[in-house]
Amino acid sequence: MARIEVPMPQMGESIAEGTVSKWLKAVGQPVERDEPILEISTDKVDAEIPAPASGTLVAIEVQEGETVEVGTIVAYIDPEAPPSSNGGAPAGEAEEAAPAAAKAMADGKRAVPEPVETEAPVDQGSAQPAAATAPAPVAAPSEGDEAREQQPAGDAEERLPVRSTPVVRRIAEEHGVDLAQVEGTGHAGRVTKQDILAYIESGKAAEAAAERAAPTPSPPAAAPAPLAPEPAEAAPPAPSDFWKAFYGQVQHPEFPVREGDRVEPMDKIRRLTAEHMVVARRIAAHVHSFIEIDFTAIDRVRKENKKAWEEQGARVSYTAFVAWAVARVLREFPHLNGTISGGNIIYRGSVNVGIAVDLDPGLIVPVVRDTDHLSLLGVGMKIIDLAERARSRQLAPEEIQGATFTITNPGVLGTVVGMPVIPKGTSAILGTGAIEKRVVVIEDPVTGTDAMVIRKRALFSLGYDHRLVDGADSARFLSRLKRVLEEFPADA
Amino acid sequence: MSAVAGPARAARRGAVATALPALAVRRLGRVDYRDALVLQEELVAARRSARIPDTLLLLEHPHAITLGSATDPAHVLIGQEERTALGIALHESGRGGDVTYHGPGQLVGYPVLALEEPRRDLHRYLRDLEGALIDALAGLGVEAERAVGLTGVWTACGKIAAIGVRVSSGWITSHGFALNVATDLSFFGTIVPCGITDRPVTSLERELGRAVPMAEVEERVAGALATRFGRRLA
Repeated sequence: MARIEVPMPQMGESIAEGTVSKWLKAVGQPVERDEPILEISTDKVDAEIPAPASGTLVAIEVQEGETVEVGTIVAYIDPEAPPSSNGGAPAGEAEEAAPAAAKAMADGKRAVPEPVETEAPVDQGSAQPAAATAPAPVAAPSEGDEAREQQPAGDAEERLPVRSTPVVRRIAEEHGVDLAQVEGTGHAGRVTKQDILAYIESGKAAEAAAERAAPTPSPPAAAPAPLAPEPAEAAPPAPSDFWKAFYGQVQHPEFPVREGDRVEPMDKIRRLTAEHMVVARRIAAHVHSFIEIDFTAIDRVRKENKKAWEEQGARVSYTAFVAWAVARVLREFPHLNGTISGGNIIYRGSVNVGIAVDLDPGLIVPVVRDTDHLSLLGVGMKIIDLAERARSRQLAPEEIQGATFTITNPGVLGTVVGMPVIPKGTSAILGTGAIEKRVVVIEDPVTGTDAMVIRKRALFSLGYDHRLVDGADSARFLSRLKRVLEEFPADA
Repeated sequence: MSAVAGPARAARRGAVATALPALAVRRLGRVDYRDALVLQEELVAARRSARIPDTLLLLEHPHAITLGSATDPAHVLIGQEERTALGIALHESGRGGDVTYHGPGQLVGYPVLALEEPRRDLHRYLRDLEGALIDALAGLGVEAERAVGLTGVWTACGKIAAIGVRVSSGWITSHGFALNVATDLSFFGTIVPCGITDRPVTSLERELGRAVPMAEVEERVAGALATRFGRRLA
């Protein structure tokens, strides 16, 4: 009789994978139906998995410490095989035989559900490789009648070596994605949740859908049609190619060189920045709003904590205050922490604030990951660390990827306000102008009379993608940000 | 949520209160961590064979550091000598999550529940526990919330309750939550709570600026859990 599969069970709607934390049975041991045979863990939960049938555990496919997708076969039970002679071996011994698994566990834990992101203001050209790994053509046209007979159209998909989990299938269905088109990086080529999300984000899903919707009409089989006009020599590119080029390629026009000019090739950062800026302007519908921020409260917090911070060897810049406040406010404004992607809106699951750093020459945008989970001091120290390593060219590629919102601070060089370009794949960027002492009119809270006072203030500009963010949204965001900054909490 | 709101609302009206399944609450006072582990094991087996109703254990532990299945050893910051000097025991727990601290003034809750559809969902169970604690805290005058990606309950000042659970065969729960009521928060300095390095811990007493009787907190927590899970207190 056939062996019975033990799959990684779906232990919750939003649970796509699980880590095998412990085998409670060893290969060769008898198991009873509903008896726990392994333990899995996913973030804050440990769970026992019962045997789906009685029999003998004949194979363990996933070792302790490995993280696999829901639906992956973790073991086989043979309902008829007798327990092996050494079947009494405790599971603990198998454990020690696989020390690598422990390491895999530690690694796997950290690598769990973060979606793969390739968009970054200056992203080492990751966009190109993504485009290059176009999905391989699916089933090559079958060679003979025999093959064709064995492949009735409806079953073709089931025959493909593409397996997936319910979560992935649901996402595919929602986005109209043919799973066969998605390259799987999971076990045995399975399409993982990350694969499908990356595929959708890359825009290939939309292209494929468009192609399916408008198939190129094939010429009639027997059609001499002598009077039909000859097809044009060079047909215009299909719409999908046009858009791919429009949003993916940049050709800078050339200009005549004059006497005394110096010509040198762009370095990598310049080239990537040039391409990124042009593409970013093509993609987003740029609009800018402005607000003036009073720095009195921030200066007070700085003054109060200066000594304590210095004792810890830390420095918290104005940019850190702004980044901390932005991250906090962004949680309330998911549109500004998302992006339009094909026919969809992606609301990012984490708040990763990119901070533009002037390399003079050049510009790079390191990313403070999970900014909203950091304290003010944490943000301050992270920014200093990233900026220092950016200037000494020691950033890892992943440290300049995955920004969900960007802050640029031209004000440090004295400019009053700027209108920054929104990095592609995000929907907003905040520009901070110079902080200057200004005479402002305030109302005395006690007497109610107007008074002129001298306050440190700066103009902030928010560049936002009007495809996704409306003017009122941006105004609400800026007002909220203003409030947080001007009533800056002492315990941030 | 509607699945919860229905019976809960009815329970308040008293119309079908007796029709709701029971949640037995056991207030145990101070219990050694290891004893509580053994007790939970027995209760899980008893609940699986339906010998007992859903049961909520409410208790306090003596000073203890407990390790979850995802614990990074680096998150325990003090050595054995210092632990002994401070009178802190160290235990393996068998629950999910990272390291945490238990001690006097902290309300520990271990719900031993037989989850049924649609609650047979590990994430939903975590969110339900958080929701019940947030409700209970609201009743005590403290505004708390979830933090995306960080299981537990948080106030503006920090983490007020930690959660780590185990679900045994048959969807029987054990382990649960630890709510800081009047906990001496300095003890959290001996670990990296839940492996989160940059967010402080807080307590009910710190939030309110006054002491709250443990019995009052127990009552709120038990009531909020019963409501959230559609149970009547027994």
